[in-house]
Amino acid sequence: MAIGAVGRSLPRQEGRRKVTGQARYVDDLTLPGMLHGTTVRSASPRGIIRDIDFKPGVPWDELTVVTAADIPGNNVVALITDDQPYLAGERINHPEEPVVLLAHPDRHLLEEARRHVQIVVDPLPPVFTIDESLARTETIWRQDNIFKSYLVSRGDVDAAFAGAARIVEGTYETGAQEQLYIEPNGMLAVADPESGVTVWGSMQCPFYIHRALAGLFNLPSERVRVVQMETGGGFGGKEEYPSILAGHAALLAWKAGRPVKMIYDRLEDMVATTKRHPSRTRHRTAIDRDGRLVAMDIEFVIDGGAYCTLSPVVLSRGTIHAAGPYSCPNVRIRSTAVATNAPPHGAFRGFGAPQSVFALELQMDKVAAAAGLTPHEFRRRNFIATGQTTAVGQVLREPVDMPRLLDRAFELSDYHAKTARFARENAAGPIRRGIGFACFMHGAGFTGSGEQHLASLVSVEATAGGHVRILAASTEIGQGTNTVFAQIASEALGIDYEDVEVAQPDTAAVPDSGPTVASRTSMVVGKLVETAALAVRSTLLSSGLLEDGYDAAAFRQAAAAYVAANGSLKSTAQYQPPEGLRWDDEKYEGDAYGAYAWAVYVAEVAVDLTTFETRVADFVAVQEVGRVINPVLAAGQIEGGVAQAIGWALYEQVVWREGRMVNGQMTNYIMPTSMDLPNIRVEFVEFPYPHGPGGAKGIGELPMDGPAPAIFNAVRNATGLEITKLPLTPEELVVRS
Amino acid sequence: MEASISFTINGAAVTVSAHPMARLLDVVRQQLHLTGTKEGCGEGECGACAVLIDGELVNSCLTPVLQVNGASVTTIEGVATNGQLHAVQEAFIAHGGAQCGICTPGMILAAVSLRNHVPQAGDDDIRVGLAGNLCRCTGYMKIFEAVRKSVGR
Amino acid sequence: MRSFLPSYELRRAATMEAAVSVLGDEPGVWRPFAGGTDLMVQLAAGALPHRKFVSLWGIEELRRIRVDDDALVLGAMATFTDMQRHAIVREEFPLLCRAAAETGGIANQNRGTIGGNIANASPAADTPPALLVYDAQIELVSSRGRRTVPYETFHRGYKQMDLAPDELIAAIRLPRTAGWMQHYRKVGARRAQAISKICFAARARVDASRVQDIRLAFGSVAPTVVRAVHAEAAIRGAAPDASRVAAAVAALERDIAPIDDIRSTRDYRMRVAANLLIEFAASLRAAV
Repeated sequence: MAIGAVGRSLPRQEGRRKVTGQARYVDDLTLPGMLHGTTVRSASPRGIIRDIDFKPGVPWDELTVVTAADIPGNNVVALITDDQPYLAGERINHPEEPVVLLAHPDRHLLEEARRHVQIVVDPLPPVFTIDESLARTETIWRQDNIFKSYLVSRGDVDAAFAGAARIVEGTYETGAQEQLYIEPNGMLAVADPESGVTVWGSMQCPFYIHRALAGLFNLPSERVRVVQMETGGGFGGKEEYPSILAGHAALLAWKAGRPVKMIYDRLEDMVATTKRHPSRTRHRTAIDRDGRLVAMDIEFVIDGGAYCTLSPVVLSRGTIHAAGPYSCPNVRIRSTAVATNAPPHGAFRGFGAPQSVFALELQMDKVAAAAGLTPHEFRRRNFIATGQTTAVGQVLREPVDMPRLLDRAFELSDYHAKTARFARENAAGPIRRGIGFACFMHGAGFTGSGEQHLASLVSVEATAGGHVRILAASTEIGQGTNTVFAQIASEALGIDYEDVEVAQPDTAAVPDSGPTVASRTSMVVGKLVETAALAVRSTLLSSGLLEDGYDAAAFRQAAAAYVAANGSLKSTAQYQPPEGLRWDDEKYEGDAYGAYAWAVYVAEVAVDLTTFETRVADFVAVQEVGRVINPVLAAGQIEGGVAQAIGWALYEQVVWREGRMVNGQMTNYIMPTSMDLPNIRVEFVEFPYPHGPGGAKGIGELPMDGPAPAIFNAVRNATGLEITKLPLTPEELVVRS
Repeated sequence: MEASISFTINGAAVTVSAHPMARLLDVVRQQLHLTGTKEGCGEGECGACAVLIDGELVNSCLTPVLQVNGASVTTIEGVATNGQLHAVQEAFIAHGGAQCGICTPGMILAAVSLRNHVPQAGDDDIRVGLAGNLCRCTGYMKIFEAVRKSVGR
Repeated sequence: MRSFLPSYELRRAATMEAAVSVLGDEPGVWRPFAGGTDLMVQLAAGALPHRKFVSLWGIEELRRIRVDDDALVLGAMATFTDMQRHAIVREEFPLLCRAAAETGGIANQNRGTIGGNIANASPAADTPPALLVYDAQIELVSSRGRRTVPYETFHRGYKQMDLAPDELIAAIRLPRTAGWMQHYRKVGARRAQAISKICFAARARVDASRVQDIRLAFGSVAPTVVRAVHAEAAIRGAAPDASRVAAAVAALERDIAPIDDIRSTRDYRMRVAANLLIEFAASLRAAV
């Protein structure tokens, strides 16, 4: 019996399948007559395709070959800006751009065939850096290489700078990061003009793929079906990219008349798919004599790679988070997403905020020092509070208590005692210890009117056996979607957790609940689960089959009886925006997010001056999240996000040569092992959010924002070195020492 | 060029016909239809493909099937016995050791191997024992918790 | 899998004699295949140009670790795990034990072999520096007979060895000694499962006032693993005081030639090599 499920660490819905090897991921599927598919990609970063050369030595008549000419509908990946082709037809705009697709039943022969196709390109001058792109010596995208710009303007920044007591400047850069889900991208497709297209695969957003395939094949939506298989990690890397792979597998299946499975190997997945946008942020900060923020002037630029993909939205989130959890009367943020001839960058947990928060929190420590204040005293004088207004003009109506989070984080990390001890002990010996922190918030859900445009739907139905099934497009990718939804429904209905199941996300069977991104799944979609479940409860109570104060057995009986009598029992809930939320897309101001989670993270580092290695020795993460639906799952999200961000800060470096990632294997792209990570200590504070299920806010991306700046601030504390480029590798440190 | 290779897998005797350099991972997944063992990197770095060969943890993506002749192989499907979950599996469920689940089969084999070789494994032993299995979701905390709790059970 | 598997061959050899016979029948056509932890990675990457292999897995006499009065003899097929589990290796050759424990993770240690590690001849391999400072000797066997080569001269250049096409590494012989200080430090990009950016092994025999004898070896700072003979010469026979150590560090520039590569930089390797030497020297000073 698991009544009153919300707030309890109930075991994962699909846990048993996962620990026994019975969970089915796309590569575990086979279909009769199935072919394997592969992609032939450009080696050149930019140019005009002159020829596709199919070399002898391969039985070409056995292979299915697809090029841009074979595309039935539009050779455009439906996303924000219709600029990216599924297959390059005339021009190449980045290394690894897909040009030809091949299919064959024998995987080995297929790979041999792939190596016998040469894409001949007449080269054009490529652009590889933000500065080159801004300089526009080559225009590689539309008129000006700019995917998107934003201007946020509050107060009068220039006047404020003119009269400021002190001005501090800083420039901060972050590198690309590979999502590195342990399960590579994969799709299995069945497609023909009569029955349409069906794909099974590893994905976060079934309906994104659905829309993309409908456009690619010019098919009505009823003839496209997308089914999510168990997915081995996403982190944003399977948000928009899978539409391309699904399209490729389906194109081959369409032409071959047989099912086609395409699974990327690790090298292809790393070098050809999306990564976190590299960034550069310039801060100019003005403070008064008391160390209070008077003005912030921020320039935030991200490198979007060769096509637009989601760069405008990444830029948006980075922009809105750029001024952080502080109150400042004059703020100007000028942000830009530019094009380069690298494979397009895309969604990755945090989605622009890790980049801008990194810059901000390093800058805040720097400003504190210039003001003659400790980093924490500076924060205390400037934290935003309930009732105050953010940089984009949102009045914070929810409770905000950053000082409390700071106090608690310091207590758990023993911040003051350690700061003093390290200062005393650091002179002796090659190990320099330091402690640093970061303060931040992360908005949950789509920005502004985004959720309204999504108009997400969730259905909850009773089965003939009296159980309850949740029908939603939200995907389980490890974060606990299935479990959280089942807990919310069982709590709302007053039934056993075990009596609730979550349907496999299949676009033929579930409504469009929107994408599994933006920390929206528990908070926004979970709320719809609650609403629909409550409607089912209401229906049963009004039907007379169920009486108030019922138990789980009574519910089961009543639900079964209702279904038997009426054929079905199903309620559908649609997103309604909370009262009073206002956002102006033109002026880019207003209520950017329905709710923010707030946090203070503290990192303790040990820098070894013999080897210049930095190790995180201890980590504390304190966050206010509304309501914790499942403590083990929630802590797991924070721990995993912190680990991923530690990787980004210290270990993960994409090595670029001519726009191509050259360290595309796990042996040379370094993510932390169990030996590299400290104990990560997590604590939650709860100020219930009225519009979240049980009061919950979204937390999936929050933990990505804090660790990197906390670590860099700790390294500065340990060594006195101001490092402003991420990752902070030993090779960087040796140059600075 | 195919060879005939005989071994036991999860207690059952099998004979396969395969290229001698075919990866044990592929033979297990494609010929024996045991898809619980996963491919994460194909280069012996992530441990998702880990199995036990004669009781020792091995990355099956780096093992040519010829060299398994006469050996005893255990995959994730062979960890539970008679429908009864292994203590490590129970602990993973109870303590949140699996998130997306793709690293889980290899991680469980590594934990089983650790318990077999180091029955009283402490925290340091656990970190070392699992160092060859990468997890991108958990930050390892709940995995350690699960293995710690399963020690002695 | 980026290789065309059908164009490869792997055959079994049941005994060392059988393996040697295959290598001798068509010298250069067949190559030995040990645990596969290097060759299978190359196969997967489409980077294995050689096509025909003879598997040594299961040949007991090649895997045996023998303890003689004056030497430890490791069969070439002894795995990294075998070495770590062996009491004499742990007690008398701890640097080799350390190197084995830091090579890959447990799964790779269960299959990787000392012979394979040597024959793969990566300048970044973790056991060679330990083998060098232990004055290892390599026992080679072929149908023409046996010979023994000092490990110090075995690697001639990048991936070039004193190993004929028909020869097999049969064993590695390590003289047993007593009274030497021992030191090993591998620096990789992370604490486990990392190819070394720089690897350092050292031994020294000290008495009350000076360093009587010393061995210093580095990996990942030259086309092969190297003995830092000039740095050794600066310290050997002298008290390890500050000026001696400084001379040794300066001499190091003649012993190593690090480069920029995908993992690290020349500057980093030079600085850290010097630091590692200084770190060892500090322990020498404390012991003298």
